[in-house]
Order: sequence, then structure tokens, then C-alpha cells
Amino acid sequence: MPDAPEKTIAAVLARHKGDGTRLMQILREVQEELGWLAPETITEIARGIGWPRARVEGTAAFYSFFHTRPRGKYCVLWSDNITDRMLGNRDLMLALCKKLWLEPARLSEDGLVSVNTTSCTGMCDQGPAVLVNYRAITRMTPERVDQMAELIRNQVPLDEWPADWFRVEDNIRRKDALLDHGLVPGEALAAAMEKGSKAFLDEVKASGLRGRGGAGFTTGMKWEICRDAPGSAHYVVCNADEGEPGTFKDRVLLTSYADLVFEGMTLAGYAVGAQKGLLYLRGEYRYMKDALEAVLARRRGEKLLGSRILDKDFTFDIEIHFGAGAYICGEESALIESLEGKPGRPRIRPPFPVTRGYLDQPTTVNNVETLAASCLVARHGGAWYAKLGTAKSAGTKLMSVSGDVERPGIYEYPYGVTVAQILADAGARDTQAVQVSGPSGVCVAAEEFGRRICFEDIPTAGAFMVFDESRDMFEVARNFAHFFAHESCGFCTPCRVGTQVVARLMDKLAENHGSPYDIDEMFKMHRLMQGASHCGLGNSACNPLFDTLNKFRPAYERRLKSLEYEPAFDLDAALSQARQMTRRDDAGAHLSNED
Amino acid sequence: MNANTATPAKTKLRVATTSLAGCFGCHMSFLDIDERILQLVELVEFDRSPITDIKHCGPCDLGIIEGGVCNAENVHVLHEFRKNCKILVAMGACAVNGGLPAQRNHLDLRDILEEVYQTEPGLTHGGIPNDPELPLPLNKVHPIHEVVKIDYFLPGCPPPADAIWKFLTDLLAGRTPHLGHGLLHYD
Ligand SMILES: Cc1cc2nc3c(=O)[nH]c(=O)nc-3n(C[C@H](O)[C@H](O)[C@H](O)COP(=O)(O)O)c2cc1C
Ligand code: SF4
Ligand code: SF4
Repeated sequence: MPDAPEKTIAAVLARHKGDGTRLMQILREVQEELGWLAPETITEIARGIGWPRARVEGTAAFYSFFHTRPRGKYCVLWSDNITDRMLGNRDLMLALCKKLWLEPARLSEDGLVSVNTTSCTGMCDQGPAVLVNYRAITRMTPERVDQMAELIRNQVPLDEWPADWFRVEDNIRRKDALLDHGLVPGEALAAAMEKGSKAFLDEVKASGLRGRGGAGFTTGMKWEICRDAPGSAHYVVCNADEGEPGTFKDRVLLTSYADLVFEGMTLAGYAVGAQKGLLYLRGEYRYMKDALEAVLARRRGEKLLGSRILDKDFTFDIEIHFGAGAYICGEESALIESLEGKPGRPRIRPPFPVTRGYLDQPTTVNNVETLAASCLVARHGGAWYAKLGTAKSAGTKLMSVSGDVERPGIYEYPYGVTVAQILADAGARDTQAVQVSGPSGVCVAAEEFGRRICFEDIPTAGAFMVFDESRDMFEVARNFAHFFAHESCGFCTPCRVGTQVVARLMDKLAENHGSPYDIDEMFKMHRLMQGASHCGLGNSACNPLFDTLNKFRPAYERRLKSLEYEPAFDLDAALSQARQMTRRDDAGAHLSNED
Repeated sequence: MNANTATPAKTKLRVATTSLAGCFGCHMSFLDIDERILQLVELVEFDRSPITDIKHCGPCDLGIIEGGVCNAENVHVLHEFRKNCKILVAMGACAVNGGLPAQRNHLDLRDILEEVYQTEPGLTHGGIPNDPELPLPLNKVHPIHEVVKIDYFLPGCPPPADAIWKFLTDLLAGRTPHLGHGLLHYD
């Protein structure tokens, strides 16, 4: 018998000591128990944390994984990245809907089930992927769809579904310095603490280690600014939001290299003088919770976390926070807002998080891979690390390879590897293009496959989506346009409106209503959004469009209806209802584009 | 007047205006430029417009459209303007977005016609008019750029007279219109 809702809410609030900055976790835990966040629930939570109700509702409404309306006993979300599309997710989703007598995005009349899409869930190497009640399922097939419909109709609890469905593979295909680290837990930390925090920080600076989250900021410099910034406390945040479609390397690191990641966070804490680290894990990776908590518990037992780490005067512990389905929370200042229980809207910078971040205190936000790599620096020294890779890009990089390749998965290379090399290793054939670093990255065409993965040439957060010659690059760009339109946080007008305008123009072209004017308009949007948006999302939202328009223009031109302006809809069909109601069919009851 | 040989005698620009699915509020706001209209007629000549009552548009330099597209006739008029005007401007929220008339878009046109002409008590039930003279309504109301290419957009409901004046004088002088601070606001 489940407890009365008030009891559940009270228990969750007590667990979090009524602390409003923990609102994200409170909402998630309450929703996990009660199914959705009813108006009374929101009121109760607001009272419990002493916030105005509207603020709690504002947070609940911002995140796609929070439900302020009844959601159904089974909530099936299909990952809708282009790689899932290429693996046939649309047909599978429609088949599931048909079996359940359901339209996509609608709750079934009996309130049992809803089926919808969601942004990339980070399973691109083993799609088509779905989330059922926010638990990840990989490798969907028509057979699995049939079975799933049965399980749902018979209301079989999720825990009794075939365990194999929930299996997530690492698919590590190539290891280098990081994945072959050979360290035992605590080894890197002991080495750093042997040197002392200042000397260790100098090693990090000497290593040339740069951020793996996308921007490529020098890690040593970031830590030094943070360390030197005045504040009552310092914080380390590990950015495991991994929302960029096509990226899944942080998932693998946290699955099989969690010790390395936590040790990296501890090293960062040691370097900047923090006592607390927060792992911000995307809601899609909720299934990792128990395993990660177990690693943390073990590390506490081994004196690698907690007070008097390795019996020295250093205290540090790590807590896991979950996101709730918002790509923008990968942006570090939005992430911090989210950590504080607020909607994930990027802050106005400066001040940057390194001086005023979490709870307004100096905070270093680093990517999972950056932190893991810092262990190598601690163990082997800065000079050793700096020798790996290229002059301006020290070390190795994990690439998340997916799409049209024989062996999708994780490939680790020293920086400087060519696109062609990765393609060859992954077994790609007849490749037309590679989207490096996800929708906000660059689209690389065949004649550029000699280019190199490094900050000097193609910087990347690690996504590497491969498209062979059978693929339509226009559809790739259209998928990305919809991704950005869905994920824009809505804070600033250029991006909120611009991403929608672009998505609609792409749909207009897709429906064969396009004209060259529409292409001009998209270029205009690109310039406008790049210059006027508040954060990186808006700045880069038109990148895929711009790249594909330049490199694959015929994919667009093929779709143009004519070189004259074309209406956005079929003029004659727009009179259909009036014709039906008036029973008219005279010349005046029809329209064409030429008068 | 200064007779300056460097500037050739100015031919007046021809301007046409019309109201489609709008309330004429934009045209009223246009007239609110008040005595500046005397300056304007020094520069322009009106072709088809509610001001002149000319029924069809001839070749023009500038066409100004108020209102969105709600019926077949609106489409014809818009085509006529696009064919004849070198520059076409969407004036006001209805032309730019569909505006107030587009509020009907979340209802099915068939339900609307049925309710208004057949079932709603208190209205005369003459049946749905089907005289070929009458333009048929479109299933949905559309902004004008969804039907023809529009060169410039002048937002506002209605745009204030000063904004219209700034916009027109920019255009007439060959400058890309720029409303700037104060003339572009949300309320
Ligand atoms: C829209 C947007 C999304 C981002 N998503 C991520 C992400 O998922 N993971 C990540 O590590 N960094 C992401 N970043 C970059 C972070 O803001 C930040 O630069 C990074 O976490 C810093 O870590 P690093 O120095 O180790 O790279 C994103 C940035 C933007 C603008
Ligand atoms: S650019 Fe987009 S995501 Fe960034 S703040 Fe503006 S609306 Fe939000
Ligand atoms: S924009 Fe406003 S004033 Fe102009 S036609 Fe529409 S409703 Fe009337």
C-alpha cells in the first residue's frame, strides 16, 4: 500500500531538510513516488521549502521530465536523434502506438500509457533507444515493440520486463592513455597529495590539459582562478549533462571508469580548495544511480572521500544531482541554476562561475572526461601528459562514434587523429559527411576527411556521427533544427523565436513548398542568432544549417518548388472546408499561385 | 525651392495600400501622421488605396498591406500587389502574424460556419451563404508572408504614426528602414 501523498512528500522534504536549493531532487523523488506533480503536490512542496508557489511551479514547468499533468502509468519516450531516426525509430514508434490504439503525444483514454519523443538519450551506438518511465532501454526492434505493447497492456511492472532490454553496452573499441590508465583507486590522489596542492596545480598547468566539454578552456588556469577567488566555500562541479546529440562517452566513463571520474573531482577539490563536489548527471542516466552511489560509498570506506582523506588534512565529498531533460543545463551557468533548484537559464556573465558560481561561491565546472584525464596528470606529471597529442591539444580524446559505421562505440585517440582514420577504424563505407561535436559542431564533407581532431583544427566535445551516401543531409539538418527549437530555454528572443522560424522554414522546404527566398531567410536567421543570442545554444543553433547549406546545397535546392516565391501552404486546399460547407465548385471557389 | 542642377527633377514614387483581414486601425494610424501627409504627397503619389478609391493596382514602387489573409479575395489582392509593387511591406500585427483574425485558427472553419449560420440560437438561420460573388474563407488565417514574398515588416497593433513615418521616410530616401529605440516596443 503506498503512503498517502502528504506522507511521501513529507518524507522527501525531510530527506532534503526542506532545502529549496535541492528542489530538482525533491521534485524528481516525489514524482518517482507519486507519478506526477499535481497542483496540491506543488503547493505542499512550496510550503515545505518556504518558497513562493510560483517559483516551484516555474522549475517544475521548465524541465521536460517533470509532469505537471497526469502522465500515465507508462510513459514511453523515443530518443529522436538523427542516429535513432536512421535506425528506424519513427516506424517503431508508430507501430507501438498502433498496437496500443494511441496517437503519439497523447495520453491513452484509460490513462495507462503515453508515447512520445525526446531529445537524444545518449545511446546512439545501440539505438533505437527509448526511456520507459525514465529507464533506458536500448536496441529496439519490431519484436520488442510487440512485446512491449503486451507488457504495457497487461500492466506488468517495469522490474519484471526482460532484463536484457535494460542492458547498456560500453562498446569500447579503441583504448589509449586514459582508458588504459592502469591506476588503482587512490593512486593519482596519493601522488598529488604527495606533491602538495600548489605543486599539483602547477603540474596541471604544465600539462596543457584543456576542457573536454566543448569550449576547451585551459583546466589549470580555470582551477587557479577558482582557487584564488575569495569565497566562504569553493565547489567542484562535474558536468555529466552530456546532452549534445551523438555524445555518449561520459556515460561510458561513469559506467566503467567511475573511480577515475570521482578521483578527478577529488583532485580538483584538492587543487582549488573545495570540500564539496557535485556530479550533475543528466536525467536520462538515472539508471546509473545505485552503481555510482556504491562507488562513492566504497571510496569513503577507503578514505578516498570524506574527512581526513588518506589520513591527511583534506576533506572532500561528492553528491549526485540529477537533471530532468534539458539540454541547456549542460551550459555551465544554467547547470548551476539547476543545481540551485531553479529553471536552467544561463546567467549573465561576468561574473563567471569560477568566481561566483554555485551558491554564489567560486566554482569550477568541468566535464567528466577532463576530470578523469587529470588523474593521468597527477600520476605521471604535466610534462609526460603534454607530450601526448599535438602542440596545442595535449592528451587524448574520446570519440563517440555512431551512424553509418560497422563498429559504433567509443574510440580513444591522441589529439591530431584525422577524420579519415576514425572512419577507417570504425568501418565506415561510402561516407558522405561526418557531423563532429553534435548539432552545434561542424559538418565535415568527404573532401575534408584529412582534417584533424584537435583544438587547432576541429575542436570537439566528442560526438562523431557518420552519414553514408544514402543519407539526405537536408533531413539531418532538419532534425537538428527541431532539436534546437525544442531545447531553446526561451530566455532571449533571437533564439526563442529564431529556432522556431528556422524549424518551420525547414519544414516548409521538406513539404516541397520552398523557394530561394526561404534559403535567404535562413541565412539571415543564422547571422542574427549568432550575433544576438544570450548563450552558446543560440549562437550555434544554425551551425548545421549553415554548414549543410554551404556543403550540401543541392540537398536543399532539390526541394525548391520553383525559383519564384512559394506560399507556405497549398492555396487551393486551404479553401477545402469552405467549399465543402457551401457546396461550391465554381472558378471563384478555387485558388492558384498565379493569378 | 533650391534648383540644384546636380539633382535631377524628382519623379514621385507611386504607393499603393490596402487592408485585407484587418480592422483599418493601421490605416487610421497612418493618417495620424497628421500634417506630415503634406510632406508625404510631395514625395509620393497614391495608386490603389482606400485614400484614392482606385480599384486596381498599377505598377508601383511601394505597396503597403494591412491585415492578414483570411479569404480567397485577399489572396487575389495580395497577388496583384506583389505583381505590381517593387517593394511590399507588411504593416501591423495582422499582416505580420495573422493577428486578431487568426484567433479563429484554433477552431474548425466548418464548425464556425455551422454555428453562425445554422445552429446558434438568436442568429438568423439563412444557411451558409454560397453566392459565387462572395469570396470563400480559407481554412485558416495566414500572415501575408506565407502567401507572397514580403520585403519589410512593420510591427505594432497598430504601429504608431511616428513609426510609420520613420519607416516610410527611410524607405523613400533609400535607407533600410530602422525603427530603433522608442518606436519598437511591446506595449
Ligand atoms: C548549450 C550548451 C551545452 C553544453 N553542454 C555541455 C555538456 O553536456 N557537457 C559538458 O561537459 N559541457 C557542456 N557545455 C560546456 C560547458 O558550458 C562548460 O564549458 C564545460 O562544462 C566546462 O568544462 P571543461 O572545461 O572541462 O570542458 C555546454 C555548453 C553550451 C553552451
Ligand atoms: S540563446 Fe537560447 S538557450 Fe541561450 S539563453 Fe537565449 S533562449 Fe536560452
Ligand atoms: S494590426 Fe491591429 S490595428 Fe492593424 S489591422 Fe490588425 S488589429 Fe487592426
